[in-house]
Amino acid sequence: MELLKLAGIVIVALGFALRLNPLLVVVVAGLATGLAGGLSLHRTIELFGEYFVENRYMSLALVLAFPVIGLLERYGLRERAEMLIRSQAHASAGRVILLYQAIREITIACGIPIGGHPGMVRPLVAPMAEGAATAQHGALDDRQRADIRAHAAAAENTGNFFAEDIFIGVGAILLMKGFFDSVQMNVGVWDMALWGFPTAIAALVIGWWRYRALDRRLAAAAQARRPAPTP
Amino acid sequence: MSTILSLEAFYVLAGLIVLGVSVAVARDAHHPTRWTSAAFWFLFGLLFLAGKQFGNATAGYLVLAMVALAATNRVRKSDAAETPPEERVASATRLGNWIFLPAILIPVLVIVLYLALEKGGLGAMIGVTKNLTLVALCLATVIALGVALRITGASLISPMQEGSRLLQSVGWALVLPQLLAALGGIFAKAGAGEVVAGLVARGLPTQFPFVAVLAYCLAMAVFTIAMGNAFAAFAVITSGIGIPFIVQMHGGNPAIMAALGMLAGYCGTLCTPMAANFNLVPAMLLDLDDKYAVIKAQLPIAGAVFVFNLLMMWALVYRF
Repeated sequence: MELLKLAGIVIVALGFALRLNPLLVVVVAGLATGLAGGLSLHRTIELFGEYFVENRYMSLALVLAFPVIGLLERYGLRERAEMLIRSQAHASAGRVILLYQAIREITIACGIPIGGHPGMVRPLVAPMAEGAATAQHGALDDRQRADIRAHAAAAENTGNFFAEDIFIGVGAILLMKGFFDSVQMNVGVWDMALWGFPTAIAALVIGWWRYRALDRRLAAAAQARRPAPTP
Repeated sequence: MSTILSLEAFYVLAGLIVLGVSVAVARDAHHPTRWTSAAFWFLFGLLFLAGKQFGNATAGYLVLAMVALAATNRVRKSDAAETPPEERVASATRLGNWIFLPAILIPVLVIVLYLALEKGGLGAMIGVTKNLTLVALCLATVIALGVALRITGASLISPMQEGSRLLQSVGWALVLPQLLAALGGIFAKAGAGEVVAGLVARGLPTQFPFVAVLAYCLAMAVFTIAMGNAFAAFAVITSGIGIPFIVQMHGGNPAIMAALGMLAGYCGTLCTPMAANFNLVPAMLLDLDDKYAVIKAQLPIAGAVFVFNLLMMWALVYRF
Protein backbone atom coordinates (compact mmCIF):
# COMPACT_ATOMS: atom_id res chain seq x y z
CA MET A 1 0.00 0.00 0.00
CA GLU A 2 2.74 2.40 -1.04
CA LEU A 3 0.21 4.76 -2.60
CA LEU A 4 -1.44 5.41 0.78
CA LYS A 5 1.63 7.46 1.66
CA LEU A 6 0.45 10.02 -0.89
CA ALA A 7 -2.88 10.48 0.93
CA GLY A 8 -1.46 13.60 2.58
CA ILE A 9 -0.78 15.22 -0.78
CA VAL A 10 -4.35 14.51 -1.91
CA ILE A 11 -5.75 15.91 1.35
CA VAL A 12 -3.70 19.10 0.96
CA ALA A 13 -4.76 19.56 -2.67
CA LEU A 14 -8.44 18.99 -1.85
CA GLY A 15 -8.34 21.09 1.31
CA PHE A 16 -6.74 24.07 -0.39
CA ALA A 17 -9.09 23.74 -3.39
CA LEU A 18 -12.14 23.72 -1.09
CA ARG A 19 -10.62 26.66 0.79
CA LEU A 20 -10.85 24.97 4.17
CA ASN A 21 -8.74 26.44 6.96
CA PRO A 22 -5.14 25.72 5.80
CA LEU A 23 -3.85 25.05 9.33
CA LEU A 24 -6.46 22.33 9.80
CA VAL A 25 -5.78 20.87 6.34
CA VAL A 26 -2.06 20.65 7.05
CA VAL A 27 -2.52 18.95 10.42
CA VAL A 28 -4.98 16.39 9.00
CA ALA A 29 -2.66 15.71 6.05
CA GLY A 30 0.29 15.26 8.39
CA LEU A 31 -1.58 12.87 10.68
CA ALA A 32 -2.84 10.83 7.70
CA THR A 33 0.64 10.62 6.15
CA GLY A 34 2.23 9.66 9.45
CA LEU A 35 -0.30 6.88 10.07
CA ALA A 36 0.02 5.62 6.46
CA GLY A 37 3.80 5.58 6.86
CA GLY A 38 3.52 3.36 9.94
CA LEU A 39 4.05 6.02 12.64
CA SER A 40 1.82 6.14 15.73
CA LEU A 41 -0.52 9.08 16.34
CA HIS A 42 1.52 10.24 19.32
CA ARG A 43 4.77 9.96 17.35
CA THR A 44 3.31 12.03 14.48
CA ILE A 45 2.21 14.77 16.91
CA GLU A 46 5.69 14.66 18.39
CA LEU A 47 7.14 15.21 14.91
CA PHE A 48 4.82 18.21 14.43
CA GLY A 49 6.20 19.71 17.65
CA GLU A 50 9.80 18.95 16.75
CA TYR A 51 9.68 20.42 13.24
CA PHE A 52 7.53 23.39 14.30
CA VAL A 53 10.11 24.43 16.89
CA GLU A 54 13.04 23.63 14.58
CA ASN A 55 11.60 25.91 11.89
CA ARG A 56 10.99 28.94 14.11
CA TYR A 57 13.56 30.78 12.00
CA MET A 58 10.92 31.04 9.24
CA SER A 59 8.82 33.47 11.30
CA LEU A 60 11.71 35.10 13.17
CA ALA A 61 12.59 37.88 10.71
CA LEU A 62 8.91 38.69 10.22
CA VAL A 63 8.13 39.00 13.94
CA LEU A 64 11.21 41.14 14.61
CA ALA A 65 10.47 43.40 11.62
CA PHE A 66 6.86 44.12 12.67
CA PRO A 67 7.58 46.68 15.45
CA VAL A 68 10.01 48.77 13.41
CA ILE A 69 8.06 48.64 10.13
CA GLY A 70 4.78 49.26 11.99
CA LEU A 71 6.29 52.27 13.75
CA LEU A 72 7.61 53.75 10.49
CA GLU A 73 4.23 53.21 8.83
CA ARG A 74 2.53 54.98 11.73
CA TYR A 75 4.78 57.98 10.99
CA GLY A 76 4.03 58.01 7.27
CA LEU A 77 6.65 55.77 5.59
CA ARG A 78 4.26 54.55 2.92
CA GLU A 79 2.86 58.03 2.31
CA ARG A 80 6.38 59.47 1.97
CA ALA A 81 7.33 56.73 -0.53
CA GLU A 82 4.25 57.66 -2.59
CA MET A 83 5.10 61.39 -2.45
CA LEU A 84 8.67 60.73 -3.54
CA ILE A 85 7.75 58.69 -6.59
CA ARG A 86 5.12 61.18 -7.82
CA SER A 87 7.86 63.69 -8.62
CA GLN A 88 9.45 61.18 -11.05
CA ALA A 89 7.94 61.91 -14.47
CA HIS A 90 8.86 58.60 -16.11
CA ALA A 91 7.89 56.29 -13.28
CA SER A 92 5.11 53.76 -13.77
CA ALA A 93 3.95 50.94 -11.53
CA GLY A 94 5.48 48.33 -13.84
CA ARG A 95 8.82 50.15 -14.10
CA VAL A 96 9.09 50.54 -10.31
CA ILE A 97 8.40 46.82 -9.86
CA LEU A 98 10.81 45.79 -12.64
CA LEU A 99 13.55 48.00 -11.18
CA TYR A 100 13.01 46.36 -7.80
CA GLN A 101 13.29 42.89 -9.29
CA ALA A 102 16.50 43.88 -11.11
CA ILE A 103 18.04 45.25 -7.88
CA ARG A 104 16.90 42.13 -6.02
CA GLU A 105 18.49 39.84 -8.63
CA ILE A 106 21.80 41.71 -8.77
CA THR A 107 22.22 41.93 -4.99
CA ILE A 108 21.20 38.36 -4.24
CA ALA A 109 23.49 37.08 -7.01
CA CYS A 110 26.34 38.76 -5.09
CA GLY A 111 25.16 37.04 -1.93
CA ILE A 112 23.62 40.17 -0.40
CA PRO A 113 20.34 39.25 1.28
CA ILE A 114 18.34 42.49 1.16
CA GLY A 115 14.64 42.76 0.46
CA GLY A 116 11.75 40.74 1.75
CA HIS A 117 8.00 41.20 1.92
CA PRO A 118 7.79 42.91 5.33
CA GLY A 119 10.96 45.00 4.99
CA MET A 120 10.80 46.21 1.38
CA VAL A 121 7.63 45.26 -0.49
CA ARG A 122 4.95 46.39 1.95
CA PRO A 123 6.55 49.64 3.20
CA LEU A 124 8.39 50.80 0.05
CA VAL A 125 7.94 48.98 -3.27
CA ALA A 126 4.14 48.62 -3.24
CA PRO A 127 3.47 52.24 -2.14
CA MET A 128 5.96 53.54 -4.75
CA ALA A 129 4.34 51.48 -7.50
CA GLU A 130 0.87 52.65 -6.41
CA GLY A 131 2.12 56.24 -6.20
CA ALA A 132 3.57 56.07 -9.71
CA ALA A 133 0.31 54.66 -11.08
CA THR A 134 -1.72 57.36 -9.31
CA ALA A 135 0.51 60.10 -10.71
CA GLN A 136 0.07 58.67 -14.21
CA HIS A 137 -3.58 57.68 -14.25
CA GLY A 138 -5.34 59.36 -11.33
CA ALA A 139 -7.01 57.62 -8.40
CA LEU A 140 -6.91 53.81 -8.37
CA ASP A 141 -9.73 51.50 -7.32
CA ASP A 142 -9.24 48.61 -4.88
CA ARG A 143 -8.88 46.01 -7.62
CA GLN A 144 -6.10 47.95 -9.31
CA ARG A 145 -4.28 48.45 -6.01
CA ALA A 146 -4.51 44.70 -5.34
CA ASP A 147 -3.21 43.98 -8.86
CA ILE A 148 -0.18 46.25 -8.32
CA ARG A 149 0.56 44.86 -4.86
CA ALA A 150 0.35 41.23 -5.99
CA HIS A 151 2.86 41.95 -8.77
CA ALA A 152 5.20 43.73 -6.34
CA ALA A 153 5.14 40.60 -4.16
CA ALA A 154 5.71 38.45 -7.27
CA ALA A 155 8.79 40.53 -8.20
CA GLU A 156 10.25 39.92 -4.76
CA ASN A 157 9.85 36.14 -5.08
CA THR A 158 10.91 35.94 -8.73
CA GLY A 159 14.03 38.05 -8.19
CA ASN A 160 14.94 36.19 -5.05
CA PHE A 161 14.49 32.65 -6.40
CA PHE A 162 16.05 32.76 -9.84
CA ALA A 163 19.19 34.79 -9.10
CA GLU A 164 19.96 33.29 -5.71
CA ASP A 165 21.77 30.19 -6.96
CA ILE A 166 24.41 32.20 -8.82
CA PHE A 167 26.08 32.84 -5.47
CA ILE A 168 28.00 29.76 -4.34
CA GLY A 169 27.61 30.44 -0.62
CA VAL A 170 23.86 30.08 -0.79
CA GLY A 171 21.90 27.25 0.82
CA ALA A 172 20.72 25.68 -2.43
CA ILE A 173 24.22 25.25 -3.89
CA LEU A 174 25.55 23.85 -0.61
CA LEU A 175 22.59 21.48 -0.43
CA MET A 176 23.22 20.20 -3.96
CA LYS A 177 26.94 19.84 -3.19
CA GLY A 178 26.11 17.92 -0.01
CA PHE A 179 23.75 15.65 -1.94
CA PHE A 180 26.33 14.81 -4.63
CA ASP A 181 28.97 14.20 -1.95
CA SER A 182 26.60 11.78 -0.23
CA VAL A 183 26.21 9.72 -3.43
CA GLN A 184 29.97 9.89 -4.13
CA MET A 185 29.75 12.16 -7.16
CA ASN A 186 32.27 14.97 -7.55
CA VAL A 187 30.44 18.07 -8.80
CA GLY A 188 31.97 21.54 -8.36
CA VAL A 189 30.02 24.40 -6.78
CA TRP A 190 31.18 26.88 -9.45
CA ASP A 191 29.86 24.62 -12.22
CA MET A 192 26.41 24.61 -10.65
CA ALA A 193 26.41 28.37 -10.00
CA LEU A 194 27.51 29.21 -13.57
CA TRP A 195 24.60 27.46 -15.26
CA GLY A 196 22.02 29.45 -13.33
CA PHE A 197 22.86 32.64 -15.27
CA PRO A 198 20.63 32.28 -18.36
CA THR A 199 17.53 31.54 -16.28
CA ALA A 200 18.20 34.55 -14.01
CA ILE A 201 18.27 36.80 -17.09
CA ALA A 202 15.20 35.11 -18.58
CA ALA A 203 13.31 35.70 -15.31
CA LEU A 204 14.06 39.42 -15.61
CA VAL A 205 12.88 39.54 -19.23
CA ILE A 206 9.72 37.63 -18.33
CA GLY A 207 9.19 40.05 -15.43
CA TRP A 208 9.49 42.98 -17.85
CA TRP A 209 6.76 41.38 -20.01
CA ARG A 210 4.38 40.83 -17.07
CA TYR A 211 4.90 44.28 -15.51
CA ARG A 212 4.43 45.96 -18.88
CA ALA A 213 1.13 44.09 -19.16
CA LEU A 214 0.22 45.48 -15.72
CA ASP A 215 0.99 49.03 -16.91
CA ARG A 216 -1.14 48.49 -20.01
CA ARG A 217 -4.08 47.23 -17.92
CA LEU A 218 -3.85 50.33 -15.74
CA ALA A 219 -3.64 52.63 -18.78
CA ALA A 220 -6.59 50.95 -20.48
CA ALA A 221 -8.73 51.31 -17.35
CA ALA A 222 -7.81 55.00 -17.10
CA GLN A 223 -8.68 55.46 -20.78
CA ALA A 224 -12.08 53.85 -20.23
CA ARG A 225 -12.80 56.11 -17.26
CA ARG A 226 -12.26 59.30 -19.25
CA PRO A 227 -15.44 60.75 -20.74
CA ALA A 228 -15.77 60.22 -24.47
CA PRO A 229 -14.69 63.29 -26.46
CA THR A 230 -17.58 65.32 -27.80
CA PRO A 231 -17.45 66.11 -31.50
CA MET B 1 23.95 28.86 23.15
CA SER B 2 26.88 30.37 24.96
CA THR B 3 26.61 33.82 23.48
CA ILE B 4 24.13 36.63 23.59
CA LEU B 5 24.05 36.95 19.78
CA SER B 6 23.08 33.40 18.91
CA LEU B 7 19.81 32.76 17.12
CA GLU B 8 18.35 31.46 20.39
CA ALA B 9 18.62 34.97 21.88
CA PHE B 10 16.56 36.40 19.02
CA TYR B 11 14.00 33.62 19.47
CA VAL B 12 13.58 34.84 23.04
CA LEU B 13 13.17 38.43 21.83
CA ALA B 14 10.60 37.38 19.21
CA GLY B 15 8.80 35.31 21.86
CA LEU B 16 8.60 38.34 24.12
CA ILE B 17 7.18 40.44 21.26
CA VAL B 18 4.48 37.85 20.55
CA LEU B 19 3.68 37.50 24.28
CA GLY B 20 3.37 41.31 24.34
CA VAL B 21 0.81 41.06 21.52
CA SER B 22 -1.06 38.47 23.55
CA VAL B 23 -1.22 40.86 26.52
CA ALA B 24 -2.33 43.73 24.28
CA VAL B 25 -5.15 41.56 22.85
CA ALA B 26 -6.22 40.43 26.34
CA ARG B 27 -6.49 44.08 27.45
CA ASP B 28 -8.48 45.09 24.36
CA ALA B 29 -12.09 45.00 25.60
CA HIS B 30 -13.46 45.61 22.08
CA HIS B 31 -11.57 42.72 20.47
CA PRO B 32 -14.04 40.44 18.63
CA THR B 33 -12.37 37.25 19.87
CA ARG B 34 -10.55 38.63 22.87
CA TRP B 35 -9.63 35.62 25.02
CA THR B 36 -9.21 32.97 22.33
CA SER B 37 -6.98 35.27 20.23
CA ALA B 38 -4.94 36.14 23.31
CA ALA B 39 -4.57 32.40 24.03
CA PHE B 40 -3.41 31.73 20.46
CA TRP B 41 -0.69 34.39 20.59
CA PHE B 42 0.25 33.32 24.10
CA LEU B 43 0.90 29.75 22.91
CA PHE B 44 2.83 30.95 19.85
CA GLY B 45 4.92 33.29 22.00
CA LEU B 46 5.63 30.49 24.44
CA LEU B 47 6.75 28.14 21.65
CA PHE B 48 9.03 30.86 20.29
CA LEU B 49 10.48 31.68 23.69
CA ALA B 50 11.01 28.21 25.07
CA GLY B 51 10.27 25.76 22.24
CA LYS B 52 13.38 23.71 22.88
CA GLN B 53 12.64 23.40 26.61
CA PHE B 54 9.20 21.86 26.11
CA GLY B 55 10.07 18.54 24.59
CA ASN B 56 8.64 17.50 21.25
CA ALA B 57 5.42 15.92 22.48
CA THR B 58 4.34 18.94 24.56
CA ALA B 59 5.25 21.27 21.70
CA GLY B 60 3.21 19.08 19.35
CA TYR B 61 0.08 19.23 21.52
CA LEU B 62 0.48 23.01 21.96
CA VAL B 63 0.62 23.34 18.17
CA LEU B 64 -2.58 21.29 17.90
CA ALA B 65 -4.26 23.60 20.43
CA MET B 66 -3.27 26.64 18.34
CA VAL B 67 -4.64 24.99 15.21
CA ALA B 68 -7.92 24.20 16.99
CA LEU B 69 -8.33 27.86 18.00
CA ALA B 70 -7.58 29.14 14.49
CA ALA B 71 -9.60 26.51 12.61
CA THR B 72 -12.76 27.36 14.58
CA ASN B 73 -12.36 31.01 13.57
CA ARG B 74 -11.58 32.15 17.10
CA VAL B 75 -8.45 34.09 16.14
CA ARG B 76 -9.26 37.41 14.48
CA LYS B 77 -7.76 40.86 14.32
CA SER B 78 -8.52 43.77 16.57
CA ASP B 79 -11.15 46.38 15.65
CA ALA B 80 -8.86 49.17 16.87
CA ALA B 81 -8.68 52.01 14.33
CA GLU B 82 -5.47 52.68 12.42
CA THR B 83 -3.84 56.10 12.69
CA PRO B 84 -5.84 58.36 10.35
CA PRO B 85 -4.20 58.97 6.93
CA GLU B 86 -4.11 62.76 7.42
CA GLU B 87 -1.96 62.32 10.49
CA ARG B 88 0.38 59.97 8.64
CA VAL B 89 0.71 62.42 5.72
CA ALA B 90 1.39 65.26 8.18
CA SER B 91 4.18 63.36 9.88
CA ALA B 92 5.57 62.22 6.51
CA THR B 93 5.78 65.89 5.51
CA ARG B 94 7.31 66.87 8.83
CA LEU B 95 9.96 64.13 8.87
CA GLY B 96 10.75 64.34 5.15
CA ASN B 97 13.08 61.72 3.76
CA TRP B 98 14.49 60.95 7.22
CA ILE B 99 11.64 58.46 7.59
CA PHE B 100 13.46 56.27 5.02
CA LEU B 101 16.65 56.10 7.06
CA PRO B 102 15.72 53.18 9.36
CA ALA B 103 14.16 51.24 6.45
CA ILE B 104 17.27 51.71 4.30
CA LEU B 105 19.50 51.07 7.30
CA ILE B 106 18.26 47.48 7.62
CA PRO B 107 19.70 46.18 4.30
CA VAL B 108 22.86 48.29 4.67
CA LEU B 109 23.48 46.98 8.19
CA VAL B 110 22.74 43.44 7.06
CA ILE B 111 25.58 43.67 4.53
CA VAL B 112 27.99 45.32 6.98
CA LEU B 113 27.19 42.97 9.85
CA TYR B 114 27.23 39.90 7.65
CA LEU B 115 30.65 40.80 6.28
CA ALA B 116 31.94 41.57 9.78
CA LEU B 117 30.63 38.30 11.17
CA GLU B 118 31.64 36.11 8.24
CA LYS B 119 34.69 37.64 6.57
CA GLY B 120 35.91 39.83 9.43
CA GLY B 121 36.05 36.88 11.76
CA LEU B 122 33.87 38.67 14.30
CA GLY B 123 31.46 35.74 14.32
CA ALA B 124 34.17 33.25 15.25
CA MET B 125 35.47 35.65 17.89
CA ILE B 126 32.15 35.88 19.74
CA GLY B 127 31.23 32.27 19.09
CA VAL B 128 28.54 32.75 16.41
CA THR B 129 29.26 30.53 13.43
CA LYS B 130 25.89 29.39 12.14
CA ASN B 131 22.98 31.24 10.49
CA LEU B 132 25.08 34.36 10.08
CA THR B 133 22.69 35.97 7.57
CA LEU B 134 19.77 35.58 9.94
CA VAL B 135 21.76 36.83 12.93
CA ALA B 136 22.87 39.87 10.88
CA LEU B 137 19.26 40.53 9.85
CA CYS B 138 17.97 40.30 13.42
CA LEU B 139 20.70 42.57 14.75
CA ALA B 140 20.12 45.08 11.93
CA THR B 141 16.39 45.14 12.72
CA VAL B 142 17.00 45.86 16.40
CA ILE B 143 19.43 48.70 15.61
CA ALA B 144 17.01 50.13 13.04
CA LEU B 145 14.28 50.14 15.68
CA GLY B 146 16.49 52.28 17.93
CA VAL B 147 17.13 54.71 15.08
CA ALA B 148 13.43 54.80 14.17
CA LEU B 149 12.46 55.62 17.77
CA ARG B 150 14.98 58.47 17.77
CA ILE B 151 13.87 59.93 14.44
CA THR B 152 10.14 59.76 15.12
CA GLY B 153 10.43 60.67 18.80
CA ALA B 154 7.84 57.97 19.50
CA SER B 155 7.42 56.45 22.94
CA LEU B 156 8.53 52.87 23.58
CA ILE B 157 4.94 51.64 23.64
CA SER B 158 4.40 52.75 20.03
CA PRO B 159 6.41 50.01 18.26
CA MET B 160 4.65 47.45 20.46
CA GLN B 161 1.20 48.74 19.42
CA GLU B 162 2.09 49.03 15.73
CA GLY B 163 3.86 45.66 15.74
CA SER B 164 0.76 44.14 17.29
CA ARG B 165 -1.39 45.69 14.55
CA LEU B 166 0.81 44.20 11.78
CA LEU B 167 1.05 40.82 13.50
CA GLN B 168 -2.72 40.63 13.84
CA SER B 169 -3.25 41.71 10.22
CA VAL B 170 -1.29 38.63 9.14
CA GLY B 171 -3.04 36.64 11.87
CA TRP B 172 -2.88 32.86 12.21
CA ALA B 173 -1.37 32.61 8.69
CA LEU B 174 1.89 33.59 10.36
CA VAL B 175 2.35 30.07 11.75
CA LEU B 176 1.42 28.33 8.48
CA PRO B 177 5.00 28.23 7.09
CA GLN B 178 6.27 26.47 10.22
CA LEU B 179 3.39 24.02 10.14
CA LEU B 180 3.99 23.29 6.44
CA ALA B 181 7.66 22.71 7.13
CA ALA B 182 6.55 20.16 9.71
CA LEU B 183 4.29 18.51 7.14
CA GLY B 184 7.23 18.37 4.72
CA GLY B 185 9.28 16.65 7.38
CA ILE B 186 6.54 14.09 7.98
CA PHE B 187 6.19 13.47 4.21
CA ALA B 188 9.91 12.77 4.08
CA LYS B 189 9.82 10.49 7.17
CA ALA B 190 6.95 8.47 5.70
CA GLY B 191 8.76 8.09 2.37
CA ALA B 192 6.21 9.90 0.17
CA GLY B 193 8.95 11.23 -2.13
CA GLU B 194 10.20 7.82 -3.21
CA VAL B 195 6.66 6.86 -4.21
CA VAL B 196 6.28 9.96 -6.42
CA ALA B 197 9.69 9.43 -8.04
CA GLY B 198 8.84 5.78 -8.69
CA LEU B 199 5.52 6.65 -10.32
CA VAL B 200 7.09 9.22 -12.66
CA ALA B 201 9.99 6.93 -13.56
CA ARG B 202 7.67 4.02 -14.40
CA GLY B 203 5.05 6.10 -16.21
CA LEU B 204 7.22 7.86 -18.81
CA PRO B 205 9.34 6.64 -21.77
CA THR B 206 12.60 7.92 -20.30
CA GLN B 207 14.67 6.16 -22.97
CA PHE B 208 14.39 9.39 -25.00
CA PRO B 209 16.88 12.04 -23.74
CA PHE B 210 14.32 14.84 -23.95
CA VAL B 211 11.73 12.85 -22.01
CA ALA B 212 14.29 12.25 -19.25
CA VAL B 213 14.85 16.02 -18.98
CA LEU B 214 11.12 16.71 -19.11
CA ALA B 215 10.37 14.07 -16.46
CA TYR B 216 13.06 15.45 -14.14
CA CYS B 217 11.95 19.10 -14.47
CA LEU B 218 8.26 18.24 -14.19
CA ALA B 219 8.82 16.01 -11.17
CA MET B 220 10.86 18.76 -9.47
CA ALA B 221 8.07 21.30 -10.08
CA VAL B 222 5.18 18.99 -9.17
CA PHE B 223 6.84 17.61 -6.07
CA THR B 224 7.72 21.14 -4.96
CA ILE B 225 4.09 22.16 -5.46
CA ALA B 226 3.04 19.26 -3.23
CA MET B 227 5.70 19.83 -0.56
CA GLY B 228 6.04 23.62 -0.81
CA ASN B 229 9.79 23.31 -0.77
CA ALA B 230 12.23 22.69 -3.65
CA PHE B 231 15.00 21.65 -1.25
CA ALA B 232 12.87 18.75 -0.01
CA ALA B 233 12.15 17.72 -3.60
CA PHE B 234 15.76 17.88 -4.76
CA ALA B 235 17.31 14.85 -3.09
CA VAL B 236 14.33 12.59 -3.78
CA ILE B 237 13.80 13.54 -7.42
CA THR B 238 17.49 13.75 -8.29
CA SER B 239 18.27 10.32 -6.89
CA GLY B 240 15.01 8.85 -8.23
CA ILE B 241 14.96 10.35 -11.75
CA GLY B 242 17.89 12.69 -12.43
CA ILE B 243 20.87 10.46 -11.74
CA PRO B 244 19.51 7.17 -13.15
CA PHE B 245 18.03 8.60 -16.36
CA ILE B 246 19.81 11.87 -17.24
CA VAL B 247 23.31 11.10 -15.92
CA GLN B 248 23.64 7.32 -16.09
CA MET B 249 21.38 6.39 -19.02
CA HIS B 250 22.08 9.38 -21.29
CA GLY B 251 25.42 10.73 -20.00
CA GLY B 252 24.19 14.18 -18.99
CA ASN B 253 26.23 16.72 -17.02
CA PRO B 254 25.23 16.50 -13.33
CA ALA B 255 26.15 20.14 -12.51
CA ILE B 256 23.88 21.53 -15.23
CA MET B 257 21.13 19.07 -14.33
CA ALA B 258 21.23 20.01 -10.64
CA ALA B 259 21.44 23.79 -11.14
CA LEU B 260 18.56 23.95 -13.63
CA GLY B 261 16.59 21.24 -11.84
CA MET B 262 16.55 23.30 -8.65
CA LEU B 263 15.30 26.30 -10.66
CA ALA B 264 12.52 24.13 -12.12
CA GLY B 265 11.59 23.41 -8.51
CA TYR B 266 11.43 27.13 -7.77
CA CYS B 267 8.87 27.51 -10.59
CA GLY B 268 6.76 25.12 -8.53
CA THR B 269 7.33 27.22 -5.41
CA LEU B 270 5.80 30.22 -7.20
CA CYS B 271 2.59 28.26 -7.86
CA THR B 272 1.79 26.65 -4.54
CA PRO B 273 -0.07 27.72 -1.41
CA MET B 274 2.14 25.19 0.38
CA ALA B 275 4.97 27.76 0.15
CA ALA B 276 2.94 29.96 2.45
CA ASN B 277 5.79 32.19 3.59
CA PHE B 278 6.40 33.31 -0.01
CA ASN B 279 2.86 33.28 -1.35
CA LEU B 280 0.12 33.47 1.30
CA VAL B 281 1.70 35.47 4.12
CA PRO B 282 2.63 38.32 1.72
CA ALA B 283 -0.97 38.43 0.46
CA MET B 284 -2.14 38.93 4.05
CA LEU B 285 0.68 41.39 4.70
CA LEU B 286 -0.38 43.49 1.70
CA ASP B 287 -4.06 43.48 2.81
CA LEU B 288 -5.19 41.58 -0.29
CA ASP B 289 -8.71 40.13 -0.04
CA ASP B 290 -7.79 37.24 -2.31
CA LYS B 291 -5.26 35.06 -0.48
CA TYR B 292 -4.23 33.56 -3.83
CA ALA B 293 -3.62 36.93 -5.58
CA VAL B 294 0.17 36.64 -5.37
CA ILE B 295 0.10 33.10 -6.78
CA LYS B 296 -2.16 34.24 -9.63
CA ALA B 297 0.28 37.05 -10.51
CA GLN B 298 3.13 34.52 -10.44
CA LEU B 299 1.53 31.77 -12.55
CA PRO B 300 2.45 33.25 -15.98
CA ILE B 301 5.96 34.06 -14.72
CA ALA B 302 6.44 30.54 -13.37
CA GLY B 303 5.12 28.97 -16.58
CA ALA B 304 7.36 31.02 -18.86
CA VAL B 305 10.48 30.54 -16.73
CA PHE B 306 9.76 26.81 -16.53
CA VAL B 307 9.59 26.42 -20.31
CA PHE B 308 12.77 28.46 -20.84
CA ASN B 309 14.59 26.56 -18.11
CA LEU B 310 13.46 23.19 -19.50
CA LEU B 311 14.70 24.06 -22.99
CA MET B 312 18.00 25.31 -21.55
CA MET B 313 18.52 22.03 -19.75
CA TRP B 314 17.72 20.05 -22.87
CA ALA B 315 20.10 22.19 -24.94
CA LEU B 316 22.98 22.13 -22.44
CA VAL B 317 22.89 19.03 -20.26
CA TYR B 318 23.95 16.53 -22.97
CA ARG B 319 26.44 18.91 -24.62
CA PHE B 320 28.90 19.88 -21.89
